[in-house]
Amino acid sequence: MAKKSSGTNALFYTPYVLWLGLFVIAPLALIVYQSFFDISGHLTLANYQTYFSSGTYILMTVNSVWYAFIITVVTLLISYPAAYVLHYAKHKQLWLLLIILPTWINLLLKAYAFIGIFSQDGGVNTFLGFFGIAPQQFLFTDFSFIFVAAYIEIPFMILPIFNGIEELDESFVNASRDLGATGWQTFTKVILPLTMSGVKAGVQAVFIPSLSLFMLTRLIGGNRVITLGTAIEEHFLVTMNWGMGSTIGVVLIVAMVIIMFLTGERKKRGSLR
Amino acid sequence: MKRLISMAIAILAVVLGLAAWSNHLQQTQGATGDNTLNLYNWGDYIDPALITKFEKQTGYHVNVETFDSNEAMYTKIQQGGTSYDLAVPSEYMIEKMKKANMLIPLDKSKLTGMNNFGKSFLNQPFDPGNKYSIPYFWGTLGIIYNDKFVKPGAIQHWDDLWSPKYRNDIMLVDSARDILGFSLVSLGKSMNTTDAPTLQAAKAKLDQLSPNVKAVVADEIKMYMADNEAAIAVDWSGEASEMMSNNSHLHYVVPSEGSNLWFDNLVIPKTAKHFKAIYAFLNFMNNPKNAAQNTDYVGYATPNDKAKALLPKSVRNDKQFYPLQSVVDKSEVYKDLAPKTVGLYNDLFLEFKMFRN
Repeated sequence: MAKKSSGTNALFYTPYVLWLGLFVIAPLALIVYQSFFDISGHLTLANYQTYFSSGTYILMTVNSVWYAFIITVVTLLISYPAAYVLHYAKHKQLWLLLIILPTWINLLLKAYAFIGIFSQDGGVNTFLGFFGIAPQQFLFTDFSFIFVAAYIEIPFMILPIFNGIEELDESFVNASRDLGATGWQTFTKVILPLTMSGVKAGVQAVFIPSLSLFMLTRLIGGNRVITLGTAIEEHFLVTMNWGMGSTIGVVLIVAMVIIMFLTGERKKRGSLR
Repeated sequence: MKRLISMAIAILAVVLGLAAWSNHLQQTQGATGDNTLNLYNWGDYIDPALITKFEKQTGYHVNVETFDSNEAMYTKIQQGGTSYDLAVPSEYMIEKMKKANMLIPLDKSKLTGMNNFGKSFLNQPFDPGNKYSIPYFWGTLGIIYNDKFVKPGAIQHWDDLWSPKYRNDIMLVDSARDILGFSLVSLGKSMNTTDAPTLQAAKAKLDQLSPNVKAVVADEIKMYMADNEAAIAVDWSGEASEMMSNNSHLHYVVPSEGSNLWFDNLVIPKTAKHFKAIYAFLNFMNNPKNAAQNTDYVGYATPNDKAKALLPKSVRNDKQFYPLQSVVDKSEVYKDLAPKTVGLYNDLFLEFKMFRN
């Protein structure tokens, strides 16, 4: 970095450093610190021992990762073609706006809207009623949970992929076609590798929040889907076992760092959210 | 570096300025003045008209702040930022607050209307002699069913929930002690069981219930039951009365083998400052007429017998919300359990929620 007037630089980064210190580093340090205390306030490693030795938390972790994985795959399968089509669409900016628009609405409101849509007298069942196959149970099933979670995460997947495709130099695609590659070969050998950074950024932006969803597990999943987020909420609000809650938090943070590392670009970082 | 220091000073100056300003605001609003009362209550748990009436009668200004769980209230009072004058904890939380020295004893000489209360609601084990608390409302845990899907009278006991007839029909309230509690009662054990093997057995029995459980939810249960989304729910009497006022097909049963009996009580937390206002308010609420009006609004059962006598006959004699003495006698009040045991309850409950077959 060029050393200009260090005074102006300080002026620019002070708010950011303060923000980082107060709202990122301090809370992280507090969580790590809390995780070493048991329910009666003794300094201990027992929380970690419990986490890794009791089958419950391991099973819960596996569940969380599994659901987050499915949600990510579903959003990716929908988002990649969508972003691709978007790239060639006529009124790109308008379509993009329409995709971003739902993110302006509060998550809780969207969840409640889905309760209405999926309920016994809801829109979907009324529609199915025309074919005589209503009422079906949608709420509190894996299907509805994954559906709603994917719906909420899709914009965060489409945007980075769309940016990736926008950056793709069209002449590579043309060259590939000229040199006799089939459509499929062009896609797998040229387009996909060149847009991979967008996909990775999208996977990060979807997988990581999906790991700790807890509002949806209750509202849409009816607590029949349990993730680590649920356990953290319970430990903090009901059991008042902040140590155990923090321990799960630490494990989640470590898991997220690993995922960032696995999917992250070494040189250039994709934009997150 | 110089700039950095001056920036830091500037930020500090802004913070101090804001602090002084907020202090000034609080004073002008009377939040620290002598003519106020800070009431810390559950959401929608007092008739707003009564507050207006109290303010007019006495000239005190009432600030109401709300909480949504005993634990949240405990944490807030423990931190002591706000000078709450009155709070409304449930019985086990009173024990806990007592142990933590967070309550100020009531000055009985300043209280009137204590003899309005029913004998069975005073001198409870969680607060012998009502040294710290005045009962506010009470209720039970029970089963709500929809007569469109369930024959009236088909559900009388906790064990009936396990019937294969009700596959995927039951909604449970998301509360570890209540759900494990009814499983314990169905095994003939106490709701205050602390011994691990018995709790494991109760959890194993709950796992058997799993195919019948549609969802484990919190406040939304009211909406679902009112919308005929589920046939059966396990919830508290107050919630039940709210559901029933929205859907006439719903009925509430307290199983005769016993259930949980809960009390919400007015207490003076150690953060209290405005004692004149506190006693004026307590005496105002003990007044049968006011208590009856409050009961009418909130819909829970009042422990104030003289207030109950003022209620319409249909309410007074409703066995659903004023259950028979024999049922009340069999029911248990929650005791404050050691943090370890609370942890065990919650861990088992979490395991039950994860159980799938």
